[in-house]
Amino acid sequence: MSGALDWVLVAVAGGLGAASRFLVDTLVARHNRLSTPLGTIVVNVSACLLLGLVTGWGSSHPGGDGLAAVLGTGFLGGYSTFSTASVEAARLLLAGRGLAAVLHPAGMLVAGLLAALAGIALAS
Amino acid sequence: MGALNPATRRRPSLVALAGLVALGGAVGATVRALLEHVLAPVPGSWPWTTFAINVVGSFALGALLETLVRSGPDSGWRRGVRLGCGTGVLGGFTTYSTFVVEAERLLTGGHAPLGVAYALVSVVVGIGAACAGIALAAARARRRRAGVRPEGAGA
Repeated sequence: MSGALDWVLVAVAGGLGAASRFLVDTLVARHNRLSTPLGTIVVNVSACLLLGLVTGWGSSHPGGDGLAAVLGTGFLGGYSTFSTASVEAARLLLAGRGLAAVLHPAGMLVAGLLAALAGIALAS
Repeated sequence: MGALNPATRRRPSLVALAGLVALGGAVGATVRALLEHVLAPVPGSWPWTTFAINVVGSFALGALLETLVRSGPDSGWRRGVRLGCGTGVLGGFTTYSTFVVEAERLLTGGHAPLGVAYALVSVVVGIGAACAGIALAAARARRRRAGVRPEGAGA
């Protein structure tokens, strides 16, 4: 991250990532028959797999820092979201759905970690 | 933003809404990238920058969404603010992928206890912050409603 162009690319990639999240979440919500939201889980776990791939690729390509920043910090940072995951769990908790309020974030965390590990292993 | 004006009585297209999310997301992601650049995390230690971004973003999103829900139906300008500021700015500001890969780097890089603590504390404090934001917005909405009544009427 040195030149002004890098920051512009991060901004554009972040915007594209956020729009992709909105579209994937809308698509998942349309097909989800459960009372528990699944869109953010699909988005965040796929983002972890992809960031694992970018991280694994970056560690074996030292010159690729700029591209890794645009894809990792920009696109995937904008695509994945922590705040929506927190609010979804908070709403489950406040609605008295204690079990779902634990399983939703725990499942997302475990699946995200496994996806990141798989991505790093695949790209290394 | 004619597509978001309820007076046109036309439902905004998915592409227009995605464009609104993209504008907000570009702002949120750039602010996060600047913070991560200036306050770059030190490998092998607690990633304070991402942690603070995610906790602050969770609190703000909880407060924003609860304020919007309590002010009226999710259409028109409310939907615009929810998608542009909530899904866009705050969704793009916070990050799950960076958080998980940071935890993974600690877990597999010889700092397993720190990695486990970072992962669990981030999720728990994030949910707590979202609950606090929701509670604050709910209390403010209640106070505002109570303020409409004449002084001394009711508790």
